[in-house]
Amino acid sequence: MSVTAYEHPLTKYIRPSAKTTANCPGCGNGILAQSILRAIEELGLTLDDFVFVSGIGCAAWIPSPSFFADVLHTTHGRPIAFATGIKAALPQKHVMVISGDGDLTAIGGNHLIHAARRNIAMTVFCVNNGIYGMTGGQVAPTTPLGLNTVTTPFGNAENPFDICELVKGAGASFIARWTTYHPRQLVRTAKKAIQKKGFAFVEVLSQCPVEFGRRSGIGNAVQMLEWYKTKSVTVARAKDMSPEELCDRIVVGEFVDVEKPELIETLKGIREKAMAS
Amino acid sequence: MGNRAVLTGRHFMMGNIACAEGALAAGCRFAAGYPITPATEVAERLAERLPGMGGTFLQMEDEIASIAAVIGASWGGMKAMTATSGPGVSLMLENIGFALGTETPCVIVNVMRGGPTTGIPAVELQGDVIQPRRGSHGDYQIIALAPSSVQEVFDYTVEAFNLAERFRTPVFVLSDAFLGHMREEVLIPEAAQVPIADRKLFPPDTDTETLPAFLDEDVAPMPVFGRGHKAHVTSSCHDAYGRRNVIDAKALDVFIRKLNDKIAKHRDEIVRVASDAEGAEIVLVSYGSVFRCAQAAVEAGRAEGLPLGSFKLGTLWPFPDREIAALAERARHLFVLENNLGQMFHYVQAAAAPRCGVSFLPPRILGELHEVEDILKAVREVRS
Repeated sequence: MSVTAYEHPLTKYIRPSAKTTANCPGCGNGILAQSILRAIEELGLTLDDFVFVSGIGCAAWIPSPSFFADVLHTTHGRPIAFATGIKAALPQKHVMVISGDGDLTAIGGNHLIHAARRNIAMTVFCVNNGIYGMTGGQVAPTTPLGLNTVTTPFGNAENPFDICELVKGAGASFIARWTTYHPRQLVRTAKKAIQKKGFAFVEVLSQCPVEFGRRSGIGNAVQMLEWYKTKSVTVARAKDMSPEELCDRIVVGEFVDVEKPELIETLKGIREKAMAS
Repeated sequence: MGNRAVLTGRHFMMGNIACAEGALAAGCRFAAGYPITPATEVAERLAERLPGMGGTFLQMEDEIASIAAVIGASWGGMKAMTATSGPGVSLMLENIGFALGTETPCVIVNVMRGGPTTGIPAVELQGDVIQPRRGSHGDYQIIALAPSSVQEVFDYTVEAFNLAERFRTPVFVLSDAFLGHMREEVLIPEAAQVPIADRKLFPPDTDTETLPAFLDEDVAPMPVFGRGHKAHVTSSCHDAYGRRNVIDAKALDVFIRKLNDKIAKHRDEIVRVASDAEGAEIVLVSYGSVFRCAQAAVEAGRAEGLPLGSFKLGTLWPFPDREIAALAERARHLFVLENNLGQMFHYVQAAAAPRCGVSFLPPRILGELHEVEDILKAVREVRS
């Protein structure tokens, strides 16, 4: 019996020296990584058209070091602020931030809302696993009320963020949410987000079986994906549902897709005028 | 003003404006900042001038974001800076460490004000002179320059950009509330006469998998983003190719030492002092705006026959230890004049010992200038 080795179709996007992953078995990161790379491929772009920026936490490992591209792995919470400078210096490049809910909404929440307010052209993927995974299962601003974590041993006393509503209030021009149960939808949304001339934000609920699955009792990776499948309801269907019906559901889909002035473009106009005077 | 990057000519100019003009003359095309007294005029001037130069100024949501954007722009290939004061530097320190660890050229101007904490915004204090050296966590070397006149604010800002580019590292300019808001004559040279250094760039059509881009004592070429170098840039412990290694203490040892030695090995190229101490028995060691008081005291002291000299530290970091040691061989006593309770004093003392006596002399009231008579009184006491 012979064994044939096949190369994964996305291998060409992976940094040759990146031979290992920091992700646990069953982690959702791989699903999002593939969705992003497929979107880039389907758009006919290459990784040289991008600069990837990540913060600290498990999700930051998606582009760093794996994507064979320019990658800046920044300090905790600050990737969007770093990305702002990169985009100002390289306006022709696609700047993509991939980071976690703790990185982007807790320690980095200020940068998230201000980048959305500025409507600076960049794509932000926020991997929401509802917990601090890398440090061992502490409560996050996205952890459900009542959940026992290592820092909320008597149950989480705080309400979680609705991140998409937060970013909507701040003024982003493209906002969507999917789960790792929706890889095909993710590819379609990623393509739109990358092409958006403005701040494009995609929240991706992603299973952390080791920390969230275990502590919530939802279970392993497969059980968590089943849970996402059961709990998800599209934005179109959610319109006809009552708040009571929606209270423990995950509304998925594209929430915002509007045209509004974009920062880098506006600055370009100011610059051209100043240089001509 | 027009759209000239270099405002060649003779000007009567505020220190903070001279700082912004020095940056523009040096080739700065990106700045980010957050309003703070007494540094705000630097940002205001850059906001007014950069667009006409094809550059960008962004007022960010805080100082953390400001330095982050500066580092991002530097990786995007631009010469970039931020200007702030003590409380802002305190917020920036983590990301300044990031710039050190990733070898990112950038300039941080601290127009020092009265601290600790919110202190007094518009009163000068040389309270933040150790902060650049030890403020960010871990072990590292930093470059910090201390101008003592508005002309030097211009010149040292140019120099700061050149050192940042030459050594791929963040460089501090330690101005203060006196210098920032003082108006003096400034001579800005012809554009062609402004010394300009540019970072060594990674060779085209190569990527960081095949050529080293980090941790070279003689400064590795920078794989600036957007040019296909596929650079992996992390501030976590990494090797010369940017590959992360967070399990091996030996890799950490190399990471720390290489970054350290990059500055230490080239300290003679960086360190600048100005000595007016030929044959002087007693020498006033100072830096920044306090140097002006030392200068006045030397002049007045010599007029009454005191064997006085002056020694100015243009570079605080790397510390001019060898220069101080050589001075201590020749002099009998050093006075360290600072507008604080003794910060650089300890470094001077360590470098001078045991060759000569060293004492510290603050102004009578912190935040005010040294009185010439107070300095001379202390000198006379040491002589008697």
